Amino acid sequence: MEITRSDVENVAQLAKLKFDDDEIDQLRQQMSSIISYFEKLSELNTDDVAPLSHVLDITNRMRPDEVRESLPQDIALSNAPVSKRGYFSVPKVISND
Amino acid sequence: MREKSGSDLAVNSYSEIRNEILSRNITCTALTAHYLEKMDEGRDMNAFISFFSVHAMQQAEQVDLAIQNGNAGALAGLILAVKDNIVIEGQKATCGSNILNNFVSPYTATVIERLESAGAIIVGKTNMDEFAMGSSNETSHYGVVRNPLDPERVPGGSSGGSAAAVAANMCLAALGSDTGGSIRQPASFCGVVGIKPTYGRVSRYGLVAYGSSFDQIGPITRSVEDNARILQCIAGFDERDSTSADMPVPDYTTTLGQDVNGITIGLPKEYMGEGLQPDIQATLDETIQLLEQAGATIKPISLPHTEYAIADYYILVTAEASSNLERYDGVRYGHRSREAASLEEMYVNSRSEGFGAEVKRRIMLGSYVLSAGYYDAYYRKAQKVRRLISNDFHKAFETCDCLLTPTAPSTAFKIGEKTDDPLHMYLSDIYTVPINLAGIPAIAVPCGTDNQNLPIGLQLMAKPFDEPMIYRVAHFLEQAQR
Repeated sequence: MEITRSDVENVAQLAKLKFDDDEIDQLRQQMSSIISYFEKLSELNTDDVAPLSHVLDITNRMRPDEVRESLPQDIALSNAPVSKRGYFSVPKVISND
Repeated sequence: MREKSGSDLAVNSYSEIRNEILSRNITCTALTAHYLEKMDEGRDMNAFISFFSVHAMQQAEQVDLAIQNGNAGALAGLILAVKDNIVIEGQKATCGSNILNNFVSPYTATVIERLESAGAIIVGKTNMDEFAMGSSNETSHYGVVRNPLDPERVPGGSSGGSAAAVAANMCLAALGSDTGGSIRQPASFCGVVGIKPTYGRVSRYGLVAYGSSFDQIGPITRSVEDNARILQCIAGFDERDSTSADMPVPDYTTTLGQDVNGITIGLPKEYMGEGLQPDIQATLDETIQLLEQAGATIKPISLPHTEYAIADYYILVTAEASSNLERYDGVRYGHRSREAASLEEMYVNSRSEGFGAEVKRRIMLGSYVLSAGYYDAYYRKAQKVRRLISNDFHKAFETCDCLLTPTAPSTAFKIGEKTDDPLHMYLSDIYTVPINLAGIPAIAVPCGTDNQNLPIGLQLMAKPFDEPMIYRVAHFLEQAQR
C-alpha cells in the first residue's frame, strides 16, 4: 500500500497532530512500509473466523448504581493547565460574530 | 547484636535477606539508605525518572516499627522501584513523555496500595519508553537508559529502567508493564527475571493505558522466588478494574522446588532457526538437555500462525493506542500549548508539542487502520487473525504443560542500532507479542550468556492462570545454574 502525502495529512487531521514537510515525507515512507507489512494478514482466509476482541471469557461487569466517594473538585482540577471557578477552561469555542 | 549495614547485602535477593529483616539484623532504614546511595551512584545509567529519597526513608521507619511490633507484612522491607506509568498519589507519573512532564497523580494504583500495605518501600519511578511504546528505552523523553552490563547497549524496553535498576542492584525488585514484551525482553537483556501474568490476573487500576486488550503489570526481580512472592501480593480481582479476573489466586510459592519430572514441555519450531542469534540457540539446546535429564518430556510442536503475529499485534496495538491517547488534549491534565487561538489549535499544538516521534507514528498508524474504509481490511481482519494465533496456543496446551522459547532473537543490541528503521525494531518483538495476543502468562528467566558475556533469557509460557507451572520450571532452571 503506497501512502501519499495527502493520506498522511488526512490522518494527521483525524489524530489532531501536525507535521512539517520533512516529517510528512518521512511518515509517508515509514507508514507505506509498515502498512504494506500489515497486508501480510490478507494471505489468510478468515471468512469463518470470529473476531477476538477480549481474551478472557468475561462480558460487561456491572456494579450497583450507588453514589460513592469521588475525587474532590479541587483535586480533580489540580492538574488542569487552566481552570476557572471550579471548571476546566479552554479557548473560546463560540465566536461573537 | 551488631546492626548490619546495607553494604553487607551486596547482591542478594529479597527472599535471601527476608529473615535478616524480620529478625531485625538489618533495619529497613539501613537497607533503604543503602539502596538510595546505590541509586545515586548509578545516576549515569539514567534508570530513574524520580527519586523518593525522603518518602522512602519515612516508609522504612514505618516498616521497621511494624516489624518491631510483630506486624511485619509479607513483603516487609522489599526495596521496590516502580515504572513511571503506574500512579502514586502526590507523585509525578510522566510515562516517559513530555506531555505528562508536570502530571502529579491524584490517586494511587491498586498494585501500589497492595504492595505498600505488605511492607514494600518504594524508592523511585523508573525510566521507560514513551507511553511504553518501544523495545529499547530509546523513545523516552528523559533520555536513553544504559544497560548495566554494557553502557553502550540498550536495556531493552519498554520497562528498561525497571530491568536496569534491578540488574544494577539499585533496588531489590521493580514493577514493569508488558503490552508486547515490555517486561520479558528487558528482563532478558539485563539478566533478571520478569513475568507477564495472565491478562486480567493483576489489576490495572492506576496503570496508564496503552493497549488495553494487552497491558498487564508484573514484577521484575533477581530471583524466581522473589517474583512469585510479589505476584502473590498484587494478583487478584479488583472491582476498580472491570477487566480483572474474578478467579482465586493460588499459592505461587508451593510449586517452587518441585522437580520437572513428568512435565511435557513444548518447543515451537517457529521460534527457532532463521534470525535467531546462534548462541541463544545453543543456550536453548543446553537447557533442553538439562530438562530432559531431569525427566521432562520435550515435545516439538508447531504454532503455525506465528509469522502473522507482528503484523497482527501492531495493527491492534496502534489502533488501541490511538484511541487511548486521545485523552491527551491539553484540557484536564498534561501539556497545553501556549500558542493556540482556537480550541482546535489548542488540541493540535498541545499534542504535537507533547508527544515524541514514536508515539506520533503509532497514533498515525492506529488512526489509519481505524479510519473509514480501512477498518474491516485491517482492524477487523487483525481481530480474526488474533483468534487463530490464540487458538494455536490453546491447541498446544492440550498436550503440553508449558512451552519453552527464546525471549528475543538477540541479546542486548547497541544504542542507536535500530532507531532509523521502526519496522526493523517492531520485528524484534517476534517471540513476545504472540503471548499478549493470546493473553497467556509467560516468564523470562536468565539461562546463560552469549560470547560477549551478555545475558540470554529464555521464555516459558503456560495456559491462562497457570503461573504456578511456569514458576516451577523457571525455578528449576534457576537452581540448576547455581
